[in-house]
Amino acid sequence: MVSMIDLDLINPNLLHLAPELSLFIAAFAVIVLDLVARDKRLLAWVSGAGLAIAATLALGLWGERATSFADALIVDELSVFFKLLFLGITFLVVLASQDYVRKFERFQGEYYGLILFACVGMMLVASVGELVSLYIALELQAFSLIALAGFLKDARSAESSVKFLLLSAISTAVMLYGMALLLGATGSTYLTDIAGRTREAFAAGRLADNAPLLLALVFLLVGFGFKIATIPFQMWVPDVYEGAPTPITAYLSVASKAAGFAVLLRVFYAVFGEDTVATDWRMLVAVLAIVSMTVGNVAAIAQQNIKRMLAYSTIAHAGYIMVGLATLTQLGQGSVLFYLVAYSFTNLGAFFAIIAIANRTGSDEIDDFAGMGRQAPFLAFVLGVSLVSLIGLPPTAGFMGKLYVFNAAVQDGLWWLVLAGVLNSVLSAYYYLRPIRVMYLGEPKAATSSLPSLPMRAALAISLGGVILLGILPGGLIDLAASAVRILTA
Amino acid sequence: MFDGLLTAIVFLPALAAVAIALVLRGDRTVRLVAAGAMAVDFLLTVLAWLRFDPSVSAPQLVDKLGQYDTAPWVPGLNATYYLGVDGLSLPLLVLTALLGMCAVLASWHVTLRVREYHVLLLVLTAGVQGVFVSLDLFLFFLFWEVELVPMYFLISIWGSGRKEYSAMKFLIYTVFGSALMLVGILLLRLSAGTFDMPALIEQGQAGLIEPAFLSLQAIFFLLFFAFAVKLPVWPLHTWLPDAHTDAPTAVSIMLAGILLKMGGYGMLRLNVGIFPDVAQDVAPLLAAFAVINVIYGALIVFRQTDLKRLVAYSSVSHMGLVLLGVASMQSLGLSGAALQMFSHGIITGLLFLLVGLLYDNAHTRHIPDLGGLASKMPVVAVVFLLAGLASLGLPLLSGFVAELIVFLGSYSAQPLATVLVAFGIVLTAGYILWTLERTLFGPELPRFAEVRDAKPVDVLAMLPLVAAIVLVGVYPALLADIFKLGIAGILPG
Repeated sequence: MVSMIDLDLINPNLLHLAPELSLFIAAFAVIVLDLVARDKRLLAWVSGAGLAIAATLALGLWGERATSFADALIVDELSVFFKLLFLGITFLVVLASQDYVRKFERFQGEYYGLILFACVGMMLVASVGELVSLYIALELQAFSLIALAGFLKDARSAESSVKFLLLSAISTAVMLYGMALLLGATGSTYLTDIAGRTREAFAAGRLADNAPLLLALVFLLVGFGFKIATIPFQMWVPDVYEGAPTPITAYLSVASKAAGFAVLLRVFYAVFGEDTVATDWRMLVAVLAIVSMTVGNVAAIAQQNIKRMLAYSTIAHAGYIMVGLATLTQLGQGSVLFYLVAYSFTNLGAFFAIIAIANRTGSDEIDDFAGMGRQAPFLAFVLGVSLVSLIGLPPTAGFMGKLYVFNAAVQDGLWWLVLAGVLNSVLSAYYYLRPIRVMYLGEPKAATSSLPSLPMRAALAISLGGVILLGILPGGLIDLAASAVRILTA
Repeated sequence: MFDGLLTAIVFLPALAAVAIALVLRGDRTVRLVAAGAMAVDFLLTVLAWLRFDPSVSAPQLVDKLGQYDTAPWVPGLNATYYLGVDGLSLPLLVLTALLGMCAVLASWHVTLRVREYHVLLLVLTAGVQGVFVSLDLFLFFLFWEVELVPMYFLISIWGSGRKEYSAMKFLIYTVFGSALMLVGILLLRLSAGTFDMPALIEQGQAGLIEPAFLSLQAIFFLLFFAFAVKLPVWPLHTWLPDAHTDAPTAVSIMLAGILLKMGGYGMLRLNVGIFPDVAQDVAPLLAAFAVINVIYGALIVFRQTDLKRLVAYSSVSHMGLVLLGVASMQSLGLSGAALQMFSHGIITGLLFLLVGLLYDNAHTRHIPDLGGLASKMPVVAVVFLLAGLASLGLPLLSGFVAELIVFLGSYSAQPLATVLVAFGIVLTAGYILWTLERTLFGPELPRFAEVRDAKPVDVLAMLPLVAAIVLVGVYPALLADIFKLGIAGILPG
């Protein structure tokens, strides 16, 4: 029987939802503005302003710990950390999209609007403590991204979008089944309730003895594994990345992955955090990490198209991050957050440089990047530093990220996992260096010139700055990450 | 504690590189600034030597930013910025600056993309200097990795022959080694709880808690592997002949002169310093590898027809002596190893410089095509003769002193290996003399009628190296004492 809704019980504290709400409004504003604005650059500015406002509001929530909207929305350092990360990534993607969107004169409002909707979805993913809300948040970001992947409207882009849609639907269905099992086994969709019930259940026996919970764990891992693009749920990655508009590929490769890890951290440590259970699934995660790193790196070696190469590289990086996830310590959880930020700057820098270079050469083939070291020294430098950071050499963010993750794993006794990780780094050096070699050693094919716009150069400079700054002074971020994960075991 | 001198030494070349990359234009300006920076850098290292107190074995001229435990530079890892020199690292620091200066001078004839070339060369030098003066294990690893990318580009752009293949081979081997070293360092930090190298060495193996899942031997070998790639130890040496042969002259000087020493330095400082007991246990194994290095390297040299490849393989042979010194596990042998590193650095640096000059003028390094060059290039010939004799261990030149001390130290500990290695020295004498004879002497060949002798700038590059070889040979105490002090800090008693 549905009775009157008790507002006190729901406790809708709008302030706690303010970042998402403001961004939601900005997204609609952009779409409406598209109808009237002559100069489409205005759309980007409005999007940027919306993101800045949302970030300010999110910053205001730092340090607060509360729940609202019938406990479905969680405000804590972890959620604010991820909100700021998503907002920052989205801001850079909006900056870097401005050159690219000239390819499609129409629908620019929808383009920016969808980017912002996806961001809202991801922010919610990191902040909900209830499975149905989580599902809706995940779908909000997934559908926005699926639409964006098809934005070029050519055969490749359409293929990318359809493939993304179908595989995403399958993985979400499996995940939803996992959620249903969890609900059946525990009688609640709230993570805190579920955690309490599972703790009782696991006190009785190991994970393997409890079929519904075991299945639920595996099914959830399928759904989240799809988001973070780990083996064996990675099949969509290369085609989708190659066909999608490059700014969207960049967006997908970092934000979507970070959202997947946000929910993995929140759900797995909360629901299956009990030591006896965790030691079981951490082995699963460790094995997936090794396979992910190895397959991603081996497959990347053979690629001729740089977007495909980076697609496989993101699979490998999902593996590196899972090394941190396999640890059950705060050190490891903090290192996952650090790695995600470091990886975001790095991958965005790489993709932005690729956008700008491809703008000159008209191609994403690695061989066509020849001679860029002399023709476009800044772009080549940004791409070069980003690739070096992806290998994990100092003084870059990628180095520090790997170091933190590997250190956490060694401290937790997972030295064999770390050994697999560092050997994979050696493997990856081979293919990451190839574009650098081509850019600096190859002869330019034809004289090209097309200066990236000011926002694009700003996006490149910010990414490069982030990569180098985090490589030299990681202290501030590691402290933030450490306080963000404190909630997980408290 | 912040003295500042070491920081200035390490970062001066890097600053010059930034200035060249961003501000300076014109090849001549770039060369002059690079040479000037390295000259000043070298003088600063001499100043460091003068300020060094030879009665104290603890690290001196310490630069420390941040504090362990309370305010580290890298929180979570508890690493901090910590530089200092002791008797082991000081001579190697001077050697790096000296060879870095000579390398810039030896690059005077480079005309391809001069600006980028010097930027990379200077960054490389800064990185290696950082390795020698780091007292924080994390910082040590960080500097260890800095040299990689510049070296890769220096070989693959300015090299010759199969340069891209060689550069990639160098890179993959080195990255492989440092990947294992990273695991070793993290495990070491787990069992010791700190990155503070002097503290690690002081507490020695007693301060290490063996992790539940891995033995100390495993950590020892994870570290050793990286150094063995760098030194190089057979069978991990195969990157060396390719990289040395295809690298441009100045880069070969840096590779053979300094980069190999990073390996020996790492063995002494970390393997011997932190794991004296494990090192003692595995010493016979190391001695066996030393014998293989010396004999195998020397035998391979006889088969070489490329002058540069020949010098490269001779390095493999000579580095076996360093390993033998390490295997002796007592202070005389260890200081011999350190001295051999220094001596090999100046001798082989000089040899590569001469081979480069010879090639630039005669346009071939193929030994059967060479001959009778002594009369055309008297200066090169004389210096070549001197470097060759130093390399084969002629008394009164630096090579002799180093070999002698290694043998004196290792004989009591590893008699069989020492005798076998001593036989390798005979081989060395054989190939050096044979090579000198085939290249410099014999009838004058008409095709070399146009060959010119070394230019003044080349002589300028040679002079400090020649001086150092003779000085160390005549007055070895200058270095031997300071190395002994350094070894005393690493292996007391």
